Amino acid sequence: MTGLTTIFRKELADHLGSRRIAVIGAIIILASLSAVLSAVESPGLAQHERESLFLSLLTERGGNLPSFLFFVTFLVPLLGILLGFDAINAERQRGTLSLLVSQPIYRDSLINGKFLASLATVSLMLGGILALIGGISMARLGIVPSGTEVLRALVFFGAAMLYAAFWLSLAILFSVLFDRTSTSALAALALWIFLAFFIQLVAGMVADHVVPVGRDTPADELIRHENLRIGLMRLSPAYLLQEVSLVVLNPSVRILGPLETSRLQGVIPSALDLGQSLMVIWPQLTVLAALSVLCFGASYIAFMRREIRS
Amino acid sequence: MEKAVETRELTRRYGVFTAVDRLDLDIRRGEVFGLLGPNGAGKTTTILMLLGMTEPSSGTVRVLGLDPARDSLKVKARTGYLAENVEFYEDLTARENLAYLAELNGLKGGAADRAVREALETVEMAERADSPAGTFSKGMRQRLGLASVLLKKPELVILDEPTSGIDPEGVEKILSLIRRMAEESGITVLLSSHMLHSVQKVCDRVGIMFKSSMIACGTIGEIGRSILGERGGTIRIASGGPGPIDGEKLGKIKGLKDFRRTGDTMTASFDEQDRSRIIREIIECGCLPVEIRGTDYSLEEIYLRYFREV
Repeated sequence: MTGLTTIFRKELADHLGSRRIAVIGAIIILASLSAVLSAVESPGLAQHERESLFLSLLTERGGNLPSFLFFVTFLVPLLGILLGFDAINAERQRGTLSLLVSQPIYRDSLINGKFLASLATVSLMLGGILALIGGISMARLGIVPSGTEVLRALVFFGAAMLYAAFWLSLAILFSVLFDRTSTSALAALALWIFLAFFIQLVAGMVADHVVPVGRDTPADELIRHENLRIGLMRLSPAYLLQEVSLVVLNPSVRILGPLETSRLQGVIPSALDLGQSLMVIWPQLTVLAALSVLCFGASYIAFMRREIRS
Repeated sequence: MEKAVETRELTRRYGVFTAVDRLDLDIRRGEVFGLLGPNGAGKTTTILMLLGMTEPSSGTVRVLGLDPARDSLKVKARTGYLAENVEFYEDLTARENLAYLAELNGLKGGAADRAVREALETVEMAERADSPAGTFSKGMRQRLGLASVLLKKPELVILDEPTSGIDPEGVEKILSLIRRMAEESGITVLLSSHMLHSVQKVCDRVGIMFKSSMIACGTIGEIGRSILGERGGTIRIASGGPGPIDGEKLGKIKGLKDFRRTGDTMTASFDEQDRSRIIREIIECGCLPVEIRGTDYSLEEIYLRYFREV
């Protein structure tokens, strides 16, 4: 891949030196650390098994602050959008794009290099935060994360990276499609707001409309209603990541969605091992990966077909 | 010797609009060729096809013996292209910008440093090498663009509107650089422009494009004759010796007519096309041409005349 490493390094240096990345990075780090620090104090933590205390730091909320997981699902898309929304169109506006495409490099290298450099930036940030949280757990709780906990944290990290990759490639897609950086930023933010907040309302409304429920609705109708609602919610990568994290970070969660008491009969309330947890959320992980691939593929094709004049 | 650029019946259509219509273009190695025409005549589209950045709808292209649609990278490795209004990364210095481009061209370490230094010296920007590109004037940025093109030691250089939007002094510098490139390094230069004056100064041959087709091609003299027709000049002849002018002998010279005696001298009009032969024959008659008032074809005149006719 001619030029890929060169572009990757330039873009990474740009991101790491960029002020807006520094600002959003500082916000993410502060929010995450305060969430975890207050989770350490929370009484809910004591109810968790000792084996998964480190992981529960990531999902437990303490005091008035939301959990670390909430901040990740909330802020990682912003980071992705910020890294990607002007990847191509800013270069076009500044006039540097035609400089790049007239060099003897494949056009793929340009978009791949930019994508990988942004992803590396996200992974540096997220990896750093997870390591910090490990440190906090050791210092404040005196717990060293066990091997499986580290493995689960890594799976969570991978899922969060897929999630970031989705938003990043979506932002890059918009930066290819729209000539103005403000348009691509607004389009990406609008989609983010919809998928993060409004999809709950929409899913609820649609489900209420299709399967109306009242006080004396039979159980199977209720289940149908709930399945439809959750199905719609799963269109949002944020919801997928939440489900994945819930299962991966909490070994005792074994079923997602509506639960009939009959399904719990004979269940031994023990922790699942990692393989079984993965089985529960394998579909979600696959969809998350597929969404990222789809978005990146679309931006790749759009960029390849685009004629670049000056 | 193979031609630097050769196109046959080259056509590019965008939907129903034909941007370039059956273009036959031949550029010899080592010459400076000017592609002229008003905005929208198809100059940039032609250039993009030469570099493989746009696929021709039909027809063939050969650049340095290669097919740019298939060997775009090889063509770009040997061809320097400077797009119209090209810009550099404003926060990087001139040297850093060039170092990045050198790396994209596969130059590494010492070789890259040397190439950057040489290119900066050639365009006389060595003393501003470490200022950010954002602080440069338009003319300096264009010179930096020429430096970026020279980095790869190209065989062919394609410049799209290299002098637009630059003050006269800057234009002068750029033109002399282009001329030097061709003369000292034997680089073939193709430049497009709607600024006739600059093209006339540096080009060996020009091609005029109008509404997607090449309407005239050749040296400025050739085009001038074919478009403006023959034109005359006036010549004042004095006797070469002590005696009076031998009017009879002069009268036999082909292309010299309308004799008028003015004092000791004689004035006649002559055919501009045969200027040198006529002057030689006058001298052979023992007379001296003391004042020759010819009219060179100017590109402006050709241009205006042509577009008035069309």
